[in-house]
Amino acid sequence: MTLLEKYKDEIAEILSRYPVKRSALIPLLYLAQREPGYVTEAAMTEIAGLLKLTPPQVYETATFYTMLNLKKVGKHHIQVCKSLMCALVGSDTVIGWIKTKLGIAPGETTADGLFTLSAVECLAACGTAPMMQINDDYYERLTEEKVDKILADLRTAGTSPLKSGPYMWPESIR
Amino acid sequence: MPKYELVLLKNMMQPGYTGSLADYEKAGGYQALRNALGKMAPTDVTAKVMKSGLRGRGGAGFPTGVKWGFLPKDYQGPRYLCCNADESEPGTFKDRQLMERDPHQVLEGIILACYAIGAQSAYIYIRGEMVLGSKILERAIGEARAAGYIGKNILGTGVTVDVWVHRGAGAYICGEETALLESLEGKRGLPRVKPPFPATHGLYNKPTVVNNVETLANLPHILNRGPEWFASIGSPPKSTGTRVFCVSGHVKRPGNYELPMGVTIRELVFEHAGGMRSDKPLKAFIPGGASAPFLTPEHLDVKLDFESVAAAGSMLGSGGVTVMEEGTSMVWAALRLMEFFYHESCGKCSPCREGSSWLVQTMRRIMAKRGRMEDLETLTDLCKNIAGRTVCAFGDAEVSPIMSTLKHWRHEYVTLIHEAEAANLIRPESAGTRH
Repeated sequence: MTLLEKYKDEIAEILSRYPVKRSALIPLLYLAQREPGYVTEAAMTEIAGLLKLTPPQVYETATFYTMLNLKKVGKHHIQVCKSLMCALVGSDTVIGWIKTKLGIAPGETTADGLFTLSAVECLAACGTAPMMQINDDYYERLTEEKVDKILADLRTAGTSPLKSGPYMWPESIR
Repeated sequence: MPKYELVLLKNMMQPGYTGSLADYEKAGGYQALRNALGKMAPTDVTAKVMKSGLRGRGGAGFPTGVKWGFLPKDYQGPRYLCCNADESEPGTFKDRQLMERDPHQVLEGIILACYAIGAQSAYIYIRGEMVLGSKILERAIGEARAAGYIGKNILGTGVTVDVWVHRGAGAYICGEETALLESLEGKRGLPRVKPPFPATHGLYNKPTVVNNVETLANLPHILNRGPEWFASIGSPPKSTGTRVFCVSGHVKRPGNYELPMGVTIRELVFEHAGGMRSDKPLKAFIPGGASAPFLTPEHLDVKLDFESVAAAGSMLGSGGVTVMEEGTSMVWAALRLMEFFYHESCGKCSPCREGSSWLVQTMRRIMAKRGRMEDLETLTDLCKNIAGRTVCAFGDAEVSPIMSTLKHWRHEYVTLIHEAEAANLIRPESAGTRH
């Protein structure tokens, strides 16, 4: 099934936002990634056609951005921030826990295809470090108990109530 | 009770405040828009912003009203406003809170800015990771459109402004305004050579203003309470208003603190952020995000305003203050930030692309106790050949962790190298493993 067949209305809405078609490229790549978790070559070729671009123009943009996956990733993509602000308060330890618990190193996926682990750069949640992002959700102020609970929740329910809501930190001003 | 009056964080600190349109209106929201659109000339809005002394909150601190004033007056075609919500500077997490907790405050600022510069379209370029933030903004845009604050003929004034959320896809450099425009055009986020500046040749080559989230969120308050009020807060005349300072690292209460510009770092860290997390004293801090050079305990009484921090040899930047306690290796800290810059270098300019890789390798070697004294010359030489020799300010930013730690904590580098040399005397064969 092509993207156009699948997301006809959504594609039309995205295109309507911009006076120049190419601006819709990243939104369309996100759309292509939504279900399979990565962008296939077929999808890139189709998007090129939709936007009157050449496939290399699509590819050159897609390869620039870290959030566009060109390879299959696990159902839950765990991205732990390793930048200085998180590292000061223990992000390397968090990566260590996850490595031990899942038996995978950063860049690897569990055999069941459920989890991929990545060590990534700053995700703009330095006040609530250490933190990680799993798919669309942030998980902050991580402790080992919290990480255990999150992984267990994701295994059983596919989602975890420990994910962050609208950001507010600290919660009150003294 | 907070010591200072809150401006930007005021609404969200009220118990039960959800950030919905109803809550925002109840708190006096969209009053500035009602008073401005069709009742004030756009140039008067710009004049008020200029008079307030508001400077960009994204990092560079450029006067907002002056930036708007650069747009061609007689140009008839479309103009654009881009709200820079790509918050990616390590140590900075204020825009996320402003967008997720009080999205209409940002939207009202966007509409006012559009009115002032004559733009009918605004794009909020939000960093791709902030999925929740983009959903909250989209919902708020929907509410504002239904209430007649966004869209055609706003509140019957004949003014048209449309606002869209555009998610980035993971690239620090897209916070640089011309890289942001390239990215918004569907290309790789490579900064453009300036001039021409976005004011004349911006999005789609049209006159464009790019303003940070926090900058825009200040606009309703400036119009409601007057530029004189705004200019009386902080360190007038050059650093006016409040700043939402983001405190991270080894403090008791990290988080966002909105304070008038000009408070000292000591006050921010020890009064507001609760002081150090343990009995270890403060060893170092970064005053304005990863791009700002490190400072020492001697600088604790430096005022947090643009001029004072610059005079101390660093920069106020994005307001991200990262605190490090005694015992933190400064070589390690500089390496962590260098790894960030190496990862995020866009690759356009050779000094930055090649230099960042070389810097990381040299730093890793020193950290792994395989360094030699000449490495320190190599680091200095590389840094001098990157800064000022790139299209954008990234080059200047990426050398600041190494340059500033070499300046203040050179002995830590030397100790690691001496340890390496001592180890080599015992195991001369390890010389062969040198890079």
